[in-house]
Amino acid sequence: MTTGGALRLSGVVFAAAVLQAVLFSTLLVGGGAPNLLLVVIVCLGLLRGSVAGAASGFAGGLVVDLLTLDTLGITSLVLTLAGFWAGRYGETTARGRRVAPLVAVGVITVLAALFAVVLHYMLGDEVDARQALVSSLAPELVLNLLLALPVYALLRAIVRGRSALEPTGEVELVV
Amino acid sequence: MTVRRIPSAHMSSRGAGPLRRRLVVGLLVLASLVLITMSFRSGDDGPLSGVQSAGATVLRPFAVGVERVAQPFRDAYGWADSLLTARSDAERYRAEVRDLRQRAIQNEFALQENGYLRRLLRYIDGPRFPGDFDPVTAEVIGRPPNAFSQAIVVAAGSRDGVRLNDPAVTAEGLVGIVTRVTRGTARIQLLTDQQAAVSAIDLGTGAEGIVLHARGTRETLVLDRVRKEDVVRVGDEVVTSGWSTAGLSSLYPKGIAIGKVTSVGQTDTDLFQQVQVDPFVDFGGLDAVIVLVPKERP
Repeated sequence: MTTGGALRLSGVVFAAAVLQAVLFSTLLVGGGAPNLLLVVIVCLGLLRGSVAGAASGFAGGLVVDLLTLDTLGITSLVLTLAGFWAGRYGETTARGRRVAPLVAVGVITVLAALFAVVLHYMLGDEVDARQALVSSLAPELVLNLLLALPVYALLRAIVRGRSALEPTGEVELVV
Repeated sequence: MTVRRIPSAHMSSRGAGPLRRRLVVGLLVLASLVLITMSFRSGDDGPLSGVQSAGATVLRPFAVGVERVAQPFRDAYGWADSLLTARSDAERYRAEVRDLRQRAIQNEFALQENGYLRRLLRYIDGPRFPGDFDPVTAEVIGRPPNAFSQAIVVAAGSRDGVRLNDPAVTAEGLVGIVTRVTRGTARIQLLTDQQAAVSAIDLGTGAEGIVLHARGTRETLVLDRVRKEDVVRVGDEVVTSGWSTAGLSSLYPKGIAIGKVTSVGQTDTDLFQQVQVDPFVDFGGLDAVIVLVPKERP
């Protein structure tokens, strides 16, 4: 990745993290709020691969935890794994599938919520599983899916790299 | 003959070997776990607290900037949304004003009588709201993006006099309590958080209990630990009780409005009544709060 590309990527992640902490967390629709940062990390994983996805997730999570004075590392851990999984999906089975952003965002939203519930439970926080996995998750899932395609298209234009989802055009014949 | 894919220059991770990929992700996961462990174990006085405080201070201008840009859009949405219920709201408020006018006159008499009796008894009281507090009005600049902690971050911190456990209110009523402070920001745990608990009293009947978050809901509260022989009526107002005993005292001053009782029930098997309370504060639409800084700290 070039320096310019890395800077663009950092800018996108930082902006998404600040927007998530300040704005998107307050947009409650039907009891849930959209998770723009998660959608951005998943799309970056699909576009730039698993390492970039994981690194973006770690950095974005750290910014959110710093801004919200939350326990440091929790959001980073969840988003690091989310970015990595999205990247691996993009590098392997998702290649050439146009619905991959929707599939990845949908599945990872659910998995991230499950993982976060387990993580908070292990840390001794009081966890209302019904609230976290039903009341909040259902609207969040719908809102994230609505964001998935526009965010993916926007990020593809911004980071300008060839998507992992596009089939590789060039092959070399080795005789 | 074999077909070999030419590696893409753009897909850095795809070009990266499996070893490098696993190494990077492993390190990031390890770093996250170390951060969680240090942050969780060291609490507010640990080495990470300073780092987090510095980070929050650096990021604060960005959060405030985004909040300022978003505010007009929020106001426009709120204005459009309120139009839908404007007529019924106006009718309800007119009825409330009539009722409150009557109560204000009665309260004025009671206040004068109360003052006279206090002087006679030389009654020494605990801190009272709002007289014994300096209000610090602060803009809400963040919320944790998860369903596990109900909290907000405000743009006021220790340099404004805010300390741990200071209560926060709005004009409508109690919002919560300060649980973390940096120089320029503070985190406030909302009443709707799973771990929040406030000793409260039914203003109409004097029944005492503890206000907690109702499980399985986002913004409903319950008045727990109300004895079965106590009377609680639907429509009664619930306020903080502000108890003080044996050197210990409630973190909340007495008399801050919390909400209105919406249902009362009891079963033969339960030890206490089941009282549901609808909070006066709209926790989802908080733009600014008032942190109550005591004029005299112990």
